[in-house]
Amino acid sequence: MQISFSHSKLFNTRHLSRLTAATLLGGAALAGALSLSAPALAQSDRVELLNVSYDPTREFYREYNELFNQYWQNENGQTVTVRQSHGGSGSQGRSIIDGIDADVATLALAYDIDALHDRANLIPEDWQSRLPNNSSPYTSTIVLLVRDGNPKNIQDWDDLARDDVEVITPNPKTSGGARWNLLALWGYGLEKFDGDEEQTYDFVRQVYANVPVLDPAARGATNTFVQRRLGDVFIAWENEAILSVEQLGAGDYEIIVPSLSILAEPPVTLIDNNVDRKGTREVAEAYLDYLYSDEAQHLAAKHYYRPSNPDILAEYSEEFPELELFTIDEVLGGWQEAQQRFFNDGGVFDDILEEINTQ
Amino acid sequence: MTTSTTVIETNDTIAKRWRRATEEPAWLRIVLITLALAFVALFLVLPLSVVLYGAFERGISVWYEAIRDPDAMSAIRLTLLIVAIVVPLNTLFGIAAAWAIAKFEFRGKPILISLIDMPFAISPVVVGLIFVILFGSQGWLGPWLLANDMRIIFAVPGIVIVIAFGTLPFIARELIPLMQQQGKEEEEASLTLGANGWKTFWYVTLPNIKWGLIYGVILCNARAMGEFGAVAVVSGRIRGETNTMPLHIEVLYNEYMFTAAFAVSSLLTGLALVTIAIKSVVEWQEEHRQRLAAV
Amino acid sequence: MGFTLLYMGLVFLIPVGAFLLYATTMSWETFWSAVTQRQVVASYKLSFGGSLMAATINLVFGALLAWVLVRYRFPGKRIVDALVDLPFALPTAVAGIALVTLYASTGWVGQYLDVFGIRVAYTQLGVVVALTYIGLPFVVRTVQPVLEDLEAELEEASASLGADRLTTIRRVIFPALFPALLTGYALAFARALGEYGSVVFISGNLPFRTEITPLLIVAKTEQYDYHGAAAIGTVMLIAAFVMLLIINGLQWWTSRRHG
Repeated sequence: MQISFSHSKLFNTRHLSRLTAATLLGGAALAGALSLSAPALAQSDRVELLNVSYDPTREFYREYNELFNQYWQNENGQTVTVRQSHGGSGSQGRSIIDGIDADVATLALAYDIDALHDRANLIPEDWQSRLPNNSSPYTSTIVLLVRDGNPKNIQDWDDLARDDVEVITPNPKTSGGARWNLLALWGYGLEKFDGDEEQTYDFVRQVYANVPVLDPAARGATNTFVQRRLGDVFIAWENEAILSVEQLGAGDYEIIVPSLSILAEPPVTLIDNNVDRKGTREVAEAYLDYLYSDEAQHLAAKHYYRPSNPDILAEYSEEFPELELFTIDEVLGGWQEAQQRFFNDGGVFDDILEEINTQ
Repeated sequence: MTTSTTVIETNDTIAKRWRRATEEPAWLRIVLITLALAFVALFLVLPLSVVLYGAFERGISVWYEAIRDPDAMSAIRLTLLIVAIVVPLNTLFGIAAAWAIAKFEFRGKPILISLIDMPFAISPVVVGLIFVILFGSQGWLGPWLLANDMRIIFAVPGIVIVIAFGTLPFIARELIPLMQQQGKEEEEASLTLGANGWKTFWYVTLPNIKWGLIYGVILCNARAMGEFGAVAVVSGRIRGETNTMPLHIEVLYNEYMFTAAFAVSSLLTGLALVTIAIKSVVEWQEEHRQRLAAV
Repeated sequence: MGFTLLYMGLVFLIPVGAFLLYATTMSWETFWSAVTQRQVVASYKLSFGGSLMAATINLVFGALLAWVLVRYRFPGKRIVDALVDLPFALPTAVAGIALVTLYASTGWVGQYLDVFGIRVAYTQLGVVVALTYIGLPFVVRTVQPVLEDLEAELEEASASLGADRLTTIRRVIFPALFPALLTGYALAFARALGEYGSVVFISGNLPFRTEITPLLIVAKTEQYDYHGAAAIGTVMLIAAFVMLLIINGLQWWTSRRHG
């Protein structure tokens, strides 16, 4: 860059740069001081954990952290403060990969936790076999939420493909939860058409042709259905569906349990690299183990997750009606395969959407 | 008597012609004002009403509760801290950059201006990605930072940097057209009269660019408070620690606590009041000074 | 000058340089196939088209608003003036929610538009509305200070030389405002191009129809495809830079001609 200096004495920059340096230093010092105060205090009578989780678990973990703190205090006399971070499952997974100090991850799908091993080697490959039930202390399934009185008479997945029905579901490319929705639909199609992939594809395409809006996140889609009053049926996690009915207007909505659905397993894991560096392995392991305790299982049920302990689940048979459930491993060959085939670029979802929207 | 009437009449016609040449006719004024106000109503007043309606729908006490919530308070504190760091830095940068661009001639000026504009054009999502690639533990500087136990992203410094990035152009961009339009004769005169650069800046340049500077600071401030997309990527969303006001609003909205979400948003709209206050003070000072000068 | 470059280097040039460098670590084929997917190309059209429209609307109404605010007196002027900055202060998501509350077919305004068969929410029109909203302050706030600074003497001189109002506006006022107008236009356009938060609420986000490019970047990062995201991000970045360069170059050229 060539600068003409004919006016250089116009302005003496020395003062300004001194002022600048002071401001820069001040800003840096302030920021530095703040970041220093953040790391965990690993004193003997206090311990801090960071649980990086996905959106709908806020209410559950707020109560569970209290419960676990009491338990741990009785056992070890230490106070546990659990810091929480919530967001979309995929972006939370990325935060862990990119270096957030998480001790434990409690995400919406195993694919996002697999990535912690594949992309950053933060956890061992066999992470999912370390805890019971595929490391899922609570499960859920995909159900249908309709408006009061079920005006469109929706009974099962078939009705979603009808021409007069509008379906609300978020975009599976950006919402982890929405991937379960598409897979539930696909699994039902396979069952219905005796494993005929082509017919299943057509069926799923017909359903997506009825989707007027693809919200990027699950709760945004809930709000589209509830507040904008768009659509006749909303495909949702069971816990989310019950929560919407309870929180957003009892009597305004009904839950329709389909004949067949997918077993949604939101898994949990220790972040080995981080807990070893921070020296929090023991308490973090206990934090996850305790999720399987009777108290925690009841708490999960209270927050509309299905307890993984069958005896406790049986106590809530009224809240959680029995239905036929298939797992992603049985029908779709596990998350890696499903992600590759359905949701990555050029996958089934892209094909379906292109077919619908370019005609 | 008669002569004076004629004079007045002539003055009147002159005045009329004068007014015609320097002002718009009344009907046109009304049309323009109406059009502008309709635009304002549609794009500014209505969305604001939605927010305020949502915030106060359930009464002032519910609103107050939402603000007093510890997580909300920590988000407010964090946002104010960030503004206190970012706005002064960007103000200095803005003045220096605008000065260099408006008062000097050099080749590649459009390129420099375009570069300054760039942070606006880069999607907040990409801004977040940029800093993750740079500072993330899989990124280029990440492993080194980790080895030295320093935190940039998922901590306050990261949030400060992305917001400084996103609001970088505001003040410079406000000042450049203004300074270009003013030219540099006044400063040159001041220098010729023996004032030094600093004095010239303080007494000649600064008063001249006052309005642009004020608008720039207001805009920069507003944007620093409201920035969401990029912050969401680098903040880590730790409750009570790295959640800024916009992130906290999202949390509340996602928890179906709509009233609380709008309540915190309504605080951000309170910024408009700050704008009124600043402009009023400056205008008042100006009048004050003019009155002194008149005496 | 030194500070300008240093600060810009630290906060802007180094990070962006690193980003571009990162984009070059992928092979040309990967890059090219990432940025030319049909879905991505369709989103460019919406993002660029929508941003241009929104910036144009803002140019016209922003200039009008600035003029009215500086030159005329009317009740409530101060309040209107203060409201102008709101689109920046409100987090984009809140703006999106507020706009969709208004313009959905069940919304405050939408229900009346619906009578005339006009649909805003979940259409391309909705995208333009959101982009207009978030870019609104730019033109107003760049034109306003120049207009306030414009000396009345110049116009009076023009008038006393016998020019009528229209000529004065064309020959005196417009050239003075031109750099500011272009700046505001460029900024509103640039900002609209990258906007994500507010648009996703009011747009239907349907691929090939109402999907904007930033959303695709997010979708890429969700599948841990940082390279794909960086590739599309680079295209947006370069395209925006070229547009800004054209506008700024034009402005520089005219200001030389007039200056």
